[in-house]
Parts: sequence; structure tokens; C-alpha cells
Amino acid sequence: MEALLRKEIPSIPEPEVREEMLVCKDLRKVYPTPKGDYVVLDDLQLKIHQGEFVSIIGHSGCGKSTLLTMIAGLNEISGGKIFVDKDPVREAGPDRAVVFQSPSLLPWLTALQNVMIGVRQVFPTASKAEKIEICKYYLDKVGLGNDFDKKATSLSQGMQQRVGIARAFALKPKVLLLDEPFGMLDSLTRGELQDVLLEIWQKEKITAVAITHDVDESIFLADRVIMMTSGPYARIGDELTIPYPRPRNRKDVLEHPDYYDYRAYLLDFLNH
Amino acid sequence: MKSKTIKTLRLLGLGFIEPLIRLIGGEEQQKNLRLFFKQALLPLISILLFILIWHGGARALYNSEASARIEKARVEQGEAAAKEMESCIASGDISCQPNTLPSPVQVYHAYIALWKDHLEISRKKEEFRDKVAETNEQRAEQGLSEITYTGRPSFLDQIGTSLKTVAAGFLLAMFIAVPIGIIIGLSDSLRTSFNWLIQIFKPVSPVVWLLLVFMVVKTMITDPSMDKSFIISFISVGLCAMWATLVNTSMGVSNVDKDYINVAKVLKLNIGQNIFKIILPASLPLIFTGLRITVSVAWMVLIAIELLAQSPGLGSFVWEEFQNGANDSNAKIIVAMFVIGIIGFLLDRIMLSVQSFMTFNKTTA
Repeated sequence: MEALLRKEIPSIPEPEVREEMLVCKDLRKVYPTPKGDYVVLDDLQLKIHQGEFVSIIGHSGCGKSTLLTMIAGLNEISGGKIFVDKDPVREAGPDRAVVFQSPSLLPWLTALQNVMIGVRQVFPTASKAEKIEICKYYLDKVGLGNDFDKKATSLSQGMQQRVGIARAFALKPKVLLLDEPFGMLDSLTRGELQDVLLEIWQKEKITAVAITHDVDESIFLADRVIMMTSGPYARIGDELTIPYPRPRNRKDVLEHPDYYDYRAYLLDFLNH
Repeated sequence: MKSKTIKTLRLLGLGFIEPLIRLIGGEEQQKNLRLFFKQALLPLISILLFILIWHGGARALYNSEASARIEKARVEQGEAAAKEMESCIASGDISCQPNTLPSPVQVYHAYIALWKDHLEISRKKEEFRDKVAETNEQRAEQGLSEITYTGRPSFLDQIGTSLKTVAAGFLLAMFIAVPIGIIIGLSDSLRTSFNWLIQIFKPVSPVVWLLLVFMVVKTMITDPSMDKSFIISFISVGLCAMWATLVNTSMGVSNVDKDYINVAKVLKLNIGQNIFKIILPASLPLIFTGLRITVSVAWMVLIAIELLAQSPGLGSFVWEEFQNGANDSNAKIIVAMFVIGIIGFLLDRIMLSVQSFMTFNKTTA
């Protein structure tokens, strides 16, 4: 097992030569409670490179969602710093698009309008036709080519999350943050959406961070799986590089001879 | 065609006719027959039952007052007077009829009388208009105001005036309460600082509002050509009725789903976009609930306010009939009661239809 993890991987360039896109330095998150401070994250260090797909795995309540919302700028940073493309994170912004666990579509708008509201913010100078073009392109990519004008409420959960993915990619963000994006879906739909996500990511190559507590999902999606220790005082416990070539195919990944070793390694970490 | 009719009916709040239409269309006969019985026939039966009980009650009251009158005549003037009173009551003579709760039949007659009265007054108005048409043309050329009919208003005119007042009051309430509600809802500190004001003024009686408005309007408006009583009553109606909308709007705005707020933050929407694209649509259902309460409160307080402000309308109609004490006054008051109730119900239905048309429906997901 140790030998496997130290194996040279020719398909992935050396991390050092690639630009760092997302850096967390000495990151700390404290929630004040009447009984004193509750330290969720402490002394957390994380570096994610340009174009890398990272998944973060950990027990529920370990603070992985807290970490993601802090990167997104939706949650205050108690100590340390987060840099996105060398700029420190101060507030939320469209350069860090978020796919939320619940689709969070605006129910009074159609699928297209839900994507449009973001596109309008990011491409203010584009013409109306160009903006519609962008929205339609991404909705088409997530398989909603025939449902542009459907109200968000008339779409199924899985379809709503597809719109959520389209909305995030359409922002052309520097970092894509996925907060347990498929947690509320049944396993069949989840598999479908993982494929959709990887397919569109393959084209855009946006740096992506996905929170998950599903071991298989974390392996299938990511170049690197980051394991967080259980809170309080959670930090990065270990990490695992997944060297499978892209574009990935679910069948190939599952049948890969190393797959169950990776899986066992992650489960072993989570069970301790 | 059929599904379109059903949709329209539902929107109008006449959904109870739906099974009948489906029945005529030959759809699921048994189920729709049962539904029709439940939704349309049962209410009809209960209405008949209500009229029956009313009739019985009115008759009991009538008999009790009639015997009291006879007894009184006997005690005060002797047996002969009592006999005379008895035959007088039995003959249906207006001068000695017991004055009590009118029966459904009497109310129906009063309704017919009011309707005839309306036709009569409309005819008079028409005649008057024809008569002064030429003079009015001349006056218009000279830049003078028109001569208008100043006779007694009919019952329908009173309804019209009342609706006008309530509409003005409702609009006033909406234009005050919704913007203030949004502003208060957006800020925690504003909400806490204004909460005491809302809590104290919300339960204040319409009568007190009327007096307050009267104090202010009396000094502010000195132009005698303005309709002071209308202004006073619609402002009072607005002030009484706006609280529900104010509270609901601020609650709706402050409780917008956190996910939507996060979306707005990630997209970096500015304040205007945030309010009009996210917060307002998200809180529309609650705002409309508030507006619905506002309409029904406005209609309810209107009657009392008109009565006190002596502005024309249903309220003063009821009061005048009560003071008048004519033979059919009581019956006319009951007619007014039903009219008030039905109009209130219709206003609520209209609001409900507007609401379901305007707001998104989360439950269809």
C-alpha cells in the first residue's frame, strides 16, 4: 500500500511547476458558544493547483462545509488567510462559484433565467443575445437543452441540481466549490450527475473543490482526495493522489486494479 | 376547452363547480358525483338549514314581542285595548307591528324594495342629466363647474362609495406598509427599534384612529371644496388596516431563505438587484397574505368609520336606517349585513386569485 502511494505518476505534472490557485494558510475557525469558544478548524494548511480537481472527505460535522463556505466568502474567517489566485478572500464573489447541496434555484424564475442572473453579473458588457447564448450553452451541456423555459419548481431535484451546475460553470469562476452537491439525490441520479459534472469540467478545466462524504464519489471525481480529521480542531489528516487518466469512465475506474486499495485506504482513515 | 374553464374557475375561487363540469363531460361519474355532493350540495343544504333556523327564531321573537304588546295594552288600558291590539297585529297594520328581528321573507322584500329604489333614483338621475345637459354645456364653455345631481343616493351608490373608500384606504395602506416593511425587514436594528411602535399601534381601535386622523386632517385641509369626510375615512381605514401588511412584509423580508441570500452574495448582486430579484419575489407570498388580511380588516373597519365620520357609504346607510326606525328598517339593515359580508368575501377571493397568479408556488416542486 505504501509503495503504491509513492508511485511515480507520469500523467500528472509535478505539482511544484503548476500555479497555486487556492491556498489556505494557518486557517482557523472559532464559533463562540456560551460555554466558551468551539474551535472547528485549527492550523489548517491547504494548497490547490490551477486546474486541479480536489475532493475533501471527512466525517459529518468535521468542519469540511465550514471550510468550503469560508473559501466561498460566506463564512467569516477567524484566523489565518485564504488566497484565491494570490488575492486574499474577503467576501463572496462570482470568481468562486458555489454549487450548494440543495439546488438553491430561485423558484420564481425559469432554468434559463436562473443561469442568466449570474451571467448578467459576470458579463455585463455582452449583448443580450450573447448572454442567452452562454446560458443555453451551459444548460445544453448539463442535458437541459429542452427545458430552458421550465420554471425551476417544475424540475425534479436532479434537474434542478443540473441547473445549479450550469449556473456555476457559466460564471467562468477561478474556483468551483461544490458543497456535497449530490448529497440529496438518489444513487442513480447521483451517478448521472457525476458524469455530467466531469464531462463539463473536462472542457473547462476549472480548479474545483468538492466536499463529499462518499468515498467512491471522492475517488471518481478527484485528482487528489484530502482527508480531514474529525473536529474539534480539525485539520488535514492525510491526502491521496488518484492518478487515473482523464477523461474518466466509471467502468474503467471501478475495474482498475488499484481502485479497491485506494478505497480501503480512505475507509481506513475514516474509521480511525 | 374544459380544462381551461376549470382552470379559470379555480383561479376565481369557484372550484366547487368543477365536479359538475367534469360530470357533464362524463369523467369518472361516481367520483365526481360524490365530489359534487360534498362541495356544492352540502353547503347548499347548510344554507337552507340556516334560513330555516333564522325563520324559526324570527317568528319566536315576533310572537314573544306581540304577546308582550298585548299584555302591556291589557295592563295599561284594559281588555278592550288588548283585543284591539291583537287584531291590529293580526291585520298586519304597520302602525302596531312588533319591531324585532326580521324574517328571511321580510329581508327579501326589503332587498326588492332597495333594488326598486335604486332603479327609481337612477331614472331620476337620468332625467336630471337630460334636463341640465344644455345648461352644463353652456357652463362648460364659460368655464364653470357642472351642475350635478344632489338627491339622495341609492343603496347601490352607497356600496360604490364604500368600495371607493376601501380601495383608497387599501392603496394607502399598501404604499405605506410594503416599502416600510421591506426597509424594516432588511435591517435587524431597524426592526427592533420600530417593533414597539408596531406593537403599540397595531391593536388601536379604528375609532381612535379616526379621531386622530380627524385632528390632523381638520387642520391641514382648509379648502372647503375638498371632500373632507372621504379623506378622513379613507386615511383612517388605511391606517387601521396597514399593520398586517407591515408585519408580514418585514417578516417575509427578514426570513428569506438563506440559500437565496447566499446565491445573491456569490453573484455579488447590488442592493437594488438584491431587493427586486431575490428578496421581493421570495417574500411575495407572505406580503400577499398580509395584503389579504389588510383588505378584510379595511372592509371591516370601514363600516364603523363611515358611521362615525358621517361619510356616505354602507356604514352610514346602516346607521341612518337604524335611526330612521321605519317599519322595514331592520330588514334593510340585515340586507346591508349580507351585502357587506358577501362583498368582504368577494374581496378576499379577488386577493386570493391575484396572489395565486402573482406568486410562485413552492409546493408544486
